[in-house]
This record gives sequence, structure tokens and C-alpha cells, in this order.
Amino acid sequence: MAPPRLAVRDITKHYGGVQALRGVTLHVDAGEVLGLVGDNGAGKSTLAKILSGVTFPTAGQVLLDGQPVSFPNPAAAREAGVTTVYQDLALAAQRDVVANFFLGKEILSGHWLGRRLGWLDTKAMSAHTVAELARLHTRIPDVHVASRDLSGGQRQALAIARAAAWTSKVLLLDEPTSALGVEQQQQVLDLVRRVSGEGIAVLLISHQMPDVLAVCDRVVVLRLGQVAATLAGDKLTSENLVGYITGAKIGG
Amino acid sequence: MRRPPDIGIAEPGPTPDLARQAWWRRSQAAIRDLWIGGVLLAIVVAFSIGSPYFLTRANWLNTSSTATEVLLLAVGETFVICSGGIDLSVGAVLGFSGTAGAWVMANGFAGAHGAAVAAVSVGFLAAIVAGCAFGLLNGVLVAWAGIPPFVVTLGTLGIATGLGFLLNNGQEISAIPGSVATFGNTNLGGWIPVPVLITAVITIWCGLLLAKTRFGAYTLSIGDAREAVVRAGINDRRVLLRIYLLSGLLAGVASVLVMARLGAGSPSSGATDNLNAIAAVVIGGASLFGGRGTIIGSVIGTGIIAVLVIGLVLINVPSFWQEVTVGAVLIIAVYIDQLRNRKSTRN
Repeated sequence: MAPPRLAVRDITKHYGGVQALRGVTLHVDAGEVLGLVGDNGAGKSTLAKILSGVTFPTAGQVLLDGQPVSFPNPAAAREAGVTTVYQDLALAAQRDVVANFFLGKEILSGHWLGRRLGWLDTKAMSAHTVAELARLHTRIPDVHVASRDLSGGQRQALAIARAAAWTSKVLLLDEPTSALGVEQQQQVLDLVRRVSGEGIAVLLISHQMPDVLAVCDRVVVLRLGQVAATLAGDKLTSENLVGYITGAKIGG
Repeated sequence: MRRPPDIGIAEPGPTPDLARQAWWRRSQAAIRDLWIGGVLLAIVVAFSIGSPYFLTRANWLNTSSTATEVLLLAVGETFVICSGGIDLSVGAVLGFSGTAGAWVMANGFAGAHGAAVAAVSVGFLAAIVAGCAFGLLNGVLVAWAGIPPFVVTLGTLGIATGLGFLLNNGQEISAIPGSVATFGNTNLGGWIPVPVLITAVITIWCGLLLAKTRFGAYTLSIGDAREAVVRAGINDRRVLLRIYLLSGLLAGVASVLVMARLGAGSPSSGATDNLNAIAAVVIGGASLFGGRGTIIGSVIGTGIIAVLVIGLVLINVPSFWQEVTVGAVLIIAVYIDQLRNRKSTRN
């Protein structure tokens, strides 16, 4: 059997005397959506920071396609194919959709002089953006509007579509629906499904139980820095989630 | 899969109706952005009616060549302001660079009379290098030391001013080859002063640099959301360094043109240019918070200031009113811009 796309083995993280993670093991397969839930302080954000190269684990291993990897900085994680969409989305508000979509990955003119001068091939960039957004069924009516003129859902969709377009392996989403209305939450969840349908492993961190139930194949519940339960299929119910998160239930 | 009923995420591609709305919204935005061009046109018309000397060749030559120094500084300042910073040092750097260039011409080549061309070339080069050196210093301090641009450039404003005065005890240096002034006061075809031509070429080049290249895109994105730029893996410090370097370089070039126009290097030559350059950029629609601005806007802003200054003289308003007027226009322009922005964010 092929190794999982992303696996975390016995990860621990101490901040001074505080143990944020006490030996967490989990994995995500390609094309799977894994939910990561837990109360505040359960260790979700610490794990996300480790996987996106923001902090180091004290001990333990991260494996990508079975190979041990380490991310000394966010760029290393990105280059390895692990992209994170943070809650603040990292969009430039006054820049248009195309500029945001291609931020840091601009297409330069094919001409040698144009390349030398850093001349942007805006036509190709616009066409690519339109095509990518359409492929993920993201309806943004005009790729030349400033991102601040988009709705909250459209902004989130842009950030996810951008990450998905440049991600080869793993997409980490940190509370993608927390600031949205009900309808827009649904739209973003559909987008998460489509992204995973393209063979990307999605790790979804969320406080929103309905979202987690709607979109995740499996859910890992963290409690006090440890995996309290891994739920899938019949076991994946609202009652179980809440039970394991609060500690009312133990041993899953 | 459940299908969402409304906008946000739905069928691929915009409908024609949405595309048309988007086009309309963009055109409206473009018109709003150019309203300041209408203001320039209006004051040109007003002064043309108010004074028979306004629409003359002599006035064009005078206005355009004095405007070049503010415009070059404003062009560099546009990049700095678009990146969310400010460069208070440009005027002082202009004064220092011009004085340094003239000092090199006067002292370094004092004996070699046959070498006027060499003296002029080396002097011009020295002025430009001096500008770049201050730009580099600003850039390093802003990008790597992380000191706020306001503080850094306020400091280098003082340093450049003081060093400029130290070079020749506060006196201007006029013992430079006469060819310098000839070069600066030649009019091509009787209508285009050489400094204006040089400034026009640089301005167009910088306009393209800001609007059409990756460097320009990074400049605006840094001013808009530096964190997003960093997370995208862009070396933000290198971009910032280049921005301040460009500002210093243009101050150096401006000092060459001022030296060529006056036939001397004067440490105080850029003293009033600082605020005029910043005012021009802001009147031209750039946001002091970064992320927004165009070179064409700064050209129009410079035009408004230059026309106001000359026009008020021509209609016999005491010259002290110039600064009062420029200050008032600056505040009004920013206020109108804020109202506009508030409206567009509310929508």
C-alpha cells in the first residue's frame, strides 16, 4: 500500500514548561479531507504551525509520501507542496484578483528583454486566473476588481483557489468558514470538496461542527495535546465530536 | 452535492451581465481616478484667461524646466509612498548630491583645463552616486534595521543637509565648466528644454516600471499587505531596498538637472522640493497608507503645483501665497480622496 500523503508521527512540542503537543500521530491521504478539531489550547494551531514551517516540533517526525521532511521556514513547507491558508487570508486588499492570485508567482513576458525587465504578461495571468477560478467553480465576476470589493465568501474562495492552484500535495485550512454567513460557508465547503477531488490532501482546522460533519472524511479530535479520538463513518456524529472535544467521552 | 443558490461560488465563468457591470464599475473608477486631471485643466484655463503671459513659449520653457526637479523627486516618492513608506530626505539629498557633483568638478579637476568633458562627466556621476548612496542608506535602514521610514528619512534629511553645507561652508559652488549650464539651458526645437526631455523619458520609464512590471506589482503589494507578500515567499527587503535606491537615484539625477539649469551646485537647492514632491504624489491620488498610486497621477499633481506657483505670480498675487495655496490644495485633495474611498469601501 502506498504511504499516506502526509503523516505525523509522535510529534511533541514544548513551549518552556508547557506541553502543547504530547505525541500526536495522524495521517491524511491524497484526495481526503481530514478534520482537525479540539477546544482552545488542544494543540490544533501548534500542529498547524509545525506543518506550515512556522515552528519546530520538539520531537517526532513529519512524513510526506513516506519520506521524512522538516520545514525550517514557511517557504520550505510551500516548496515541499504543503500550503497553508491562514484565517486572515493574506490578500492584498487594494490589489486585484489577478495580482493576488499570482502574488510571488507572476508570469513574465516571454521576450528575453521583457523577462530581464520583469515585464508582466498580464494577459496570460488574467487568462490563467479566470481558468483556474472557473475550474474550481469559483464565481468571481471580474478578476480585475480589488480583493476588498469581493464578498467575504469570494475572498475566502480566492485564497483557497490560489493555494490549491500552487499546491501539489497538502492544503492546510485554518478556520476557513469562521467569518462567513451560512450560505457562504456552504460555498466554501463545496470548494474544499472540489480541491480534495483533484487529489490534494486537505487538512481542515475548524470550530464549526456542522462544517466538519459536512465535508470531512475523517476527523481527528485533539484534547490537551493528544489525539483523543479519530472518527469516521458511523462514528462521525455531532454528539461524538462534542463528547471527545470536551472530554466527556474518552478512548476512541 | 448540495448546490448553493446564490453568488460566490456557482457555475463557471461570469455571465455577460456581470461582466458588463464589472466593466462599468471599472470605467467609473478610472474616471474618478482622473478627476484630478480635470482640476489641472481647469486651473490652466483659469490662468490663461487671467494672464496674457500664461500661454506663452517663455512661460512654458520656464515652468516646465523648473517643474522637472519636483517631478523627478515625485516619481521616486511615488514608489516609496506606494510601498507604504515615505522619503522625507529627497530634497536634502538633491541639495547634497548637486553640491557634491559641483565640488568634484571644481576641485578634482581644477588643474586640467583641457579636460572639461571629463570633469563634467565625473561630476555628474559623483552627483548620481551621492544620491544612490543616500538611497541605499535609507533602504538598508528601513528594510533590514526595521526603523520606520519616517524616522530614517528624517534622519538622513538632516545628515544630507548638513553634509551639503559642510562641503563649501554653506556656499554654492559655481566654479564649474560653462558647458554644464549650456547643456541645461538648451531647448530642442525651441520648445523642449533638455532637462524636460530627460525627465520625460525617465518618467515614462518609471510609469511602466510601476504599472507593468513585477517590481511595480511588488511595490504596491508591499504597501497593501506586507505580511501577504512575505508569506508568498517574496524577498520584501530586497524590494524595499530597490525602492529607496530608486528614490535616491532620481534625487541624484534631479540634482544634475538643477546644477545644469543654474550652472552651480547649491546645498539649499532642494529645500522646498521635499514637501512639494510629497504633495504632488498625494494630490495625484497615491495613498499615504500604501498600496495605491500611479506615476501619471504624480505627473498631474506636479503639474498642479507648478502651474499654481507660476500662475499666481503671473496674476500678481504676492509669491508667499503660493505655499498657502499648495498646502490648501493638498488638504482638499486628500479629503476628497478619503470621501471617495469611504464610499467605495462601504459599497
